[in-house]
Amino acid sequence: MTAPVVVADHLARHYEVGGGLFSKPATVKALSEATFSIAAGKTLAVVGESGCGKSTLARLVTLIEEPTGGALTLDGLAATPDNWRRLRSTVQIVFQDPYGSLNLRHRIGTILEEPLKINRPEMSAQERSDKAREMMRLVGLRPEHYDRFPHMFSGGQRQRIAVARALMLEPKLLVLDEPVSALDLSIQSQVLNLLLDLQERMDLAYLFISHDLSVVRHVADEVMVMYLGRPVEFGTKEDVFAAPRHPYTKALLSATPSTEPDPARQRIKLQGELPSPLAIPAGCPFAPRCWKAQDRCREARPELTGAPHAAACFFPEGL
Amino acid sequence: MALLSIRNLSVEFSTAGGPFRAVDGVDVTVDKGEILAIVGESGSGKSVSMMALMGLLPWTARITADEMSFDGTDLRSLTARQRRQVIGRDISMIFQEPMTSLNPCFTAGFQIKETLRQHLKLDRRARHARAIELMEMVGIPDPARRLNAFPHQLSGGMSQRVMIAMALACQPRLLIADEPTTALDVTIQAQILDLLQDLQKSTGMALILITHDMGVVAETAQRVQVQYAGQKVEEQPVRALFETPHHPYTAALLAALPERATERRLPTIPGVVPGQFDRPEGCLFSPRCRFADDICRHRAPPVQPPALGIARCHYPLDTAATEAAR
Repeated sequence: MTAPVVVADHLARHYEVGGGLFSKPATVKALSEATFSIAAGKTLAVVGESGCGKSTLARLVTLIEEPTGGALTLDGLAATPDNWRRLRSTVQIVFQDPYGSLNLRHRIGTILEEPLKINRPEMSAQERSDKAREMMRLVGLRPEHYDRFPHMFSGGQRQRIAVARALMLEPKLLVLDEPVSALDLSIQSQVLNLLLDLQERMDLAYLFISHDLSVVRHVADEVMVMYLGRPVEFGTKEDVFAAPRHPYTKALLSATPSTEPDPARQRIKLQGELPSPLAIPAGCPFAPRCWKAQDRCREARPELTGAPHAAACFFPEGL
Repeated sequence: MALLSIRNLSVEFSTAGGPFRAVDGVDVTVDKGEILAIVGESGSGKSVSMMALMGLLPWTARITADEMSFDGTDLRSLTARQRRQVIGRDISMIFQEPMTSLNPCFTAGFQIKETLRQHLKLDRRARHARAIELMEMVGIPDPARRLNAFPHQLSGGMSQRVMIAMALACQPRLLIADEPTTALDVTIQAQILDLLQDLQKSTGMALILITHDMGVVAETAQRVQVQYAGQKVEEQPVRALFETPHHPYTAALLAALPERATERRLPTIPGVVPGQFDRPEGCLFSPRCRFADDICRHRAPPVQPPALGIARCHYPLDTAATEAAR
């Protein structure tokens, strides 16, 4: 087996917020204890509700921000700020909203060539243009699109452009931050197929961030479920979906509407909402909403352990 | 008699590039105490047709309909003033983005009471009591305190509950929910959908649910109407729709769900929804349909009988044919 493309070891990112002359700043623990690795050609999906730290994780892995704890290794190289310049072309990101992430004043060709201009200064204009056209063919855009502006494209095509731009530097890891949630259903399947095709062809590793479990179930190899900045369950897709061990995963699966009309299905109803990340409860962060919580859950925080796959719960399901 | 009956509703917008038909001959009927879902992708005219009913469209819109009656009253003949008596009291609406539909300058309580003041003859004290009662009904903890909360102090799920409380304030007989859960997380979505279903059962109101999420449709609706590019293409009871879709668009849409995928490659619908300038002749779905032939490309399709899902198609799929195609 080859070395994994990305290794994260207890990655953490805490922010200090507020604090004035006399008041102490509070700490928001946006992400803690994220440990995972992704091999080439594999997909790790990160699921969770808003505020669970998914996007913070994406920002750390794409070197937009520096972690406050833990270590990140990309392509065998420690991702410290000294190495950022060299690693920038190893990891690229595709954002959720293809309407906001493309510069409306640039032609598609210019958008695609910009990464090359910055990172491959030795390339000639002709080489850049050839590469951009080649990439457009790969993602299913027509050659005449080269001179068009983003407003002339539909959402699905724009997302293709965003994927093409991310692939221009031949990265090894692609971070996909909710790549299909802004798209219509009939377009969503086109983009998912494209991503799967490209992964096979270029042996890409994907960090796939999503809140849509039916999409995750389709694309992922491994799944990490996060709650309030911490992974609460980690395992292969088959294990997590077939036998969820953490109650939160179970509730999340049961809350996702199924397309088989079946009045007999009983949903687990979670009470309440996510607590503020400024005031994460002591003990298990999920305890206030959990139907199985006991005194122990409110006192100590469970670690992410156990077999057949890891879950951060004292009383996991299926025991 | 149906509670709401709309026949042949069309909405045209005059734009710089000429008139644009956002809704094209749509029929909607809802009975008392029924949950109807309107499904479609963006641009299918599902929101616009309901906005037309509510009278919320800008002056650039030209609305025509053969019939638009609510509980025997012809809505087309009402003056704006008379219409406002009905809208908000008998028909009310919940919008997609709870965070932006509430006025940030006023407290949640003020906005709920405003509806009560407009439509019901209640005094101050009775309005206050009713507002607390409503907030309790939609599951907001500590309602007396939350009445004084401003929208920015509420989470997305709480804001949506306030929106629902406002909509329910005058005990409407028809509630239109336009993508009520799209902006919310799944666990909160489940709470809101349960709440809507419970309220619908306990008050006996009719509910029109506009959504693009097939999962939400399957779990909530009783009857479903599918729209494509401004037209109604199919209408069936929910179970039948998911089991035997008759319009090729519905069938393709259901097949494209990752949940129903049998292989790693998902079945796709090629192309995109037609816009203002590339509206095809004949059947609007024909450029993307795998069953389309020359007739489809040149003649507008007929509307099939209810046994075939009222499908707007030259060649509706029926069970035997669908099985054979597999």
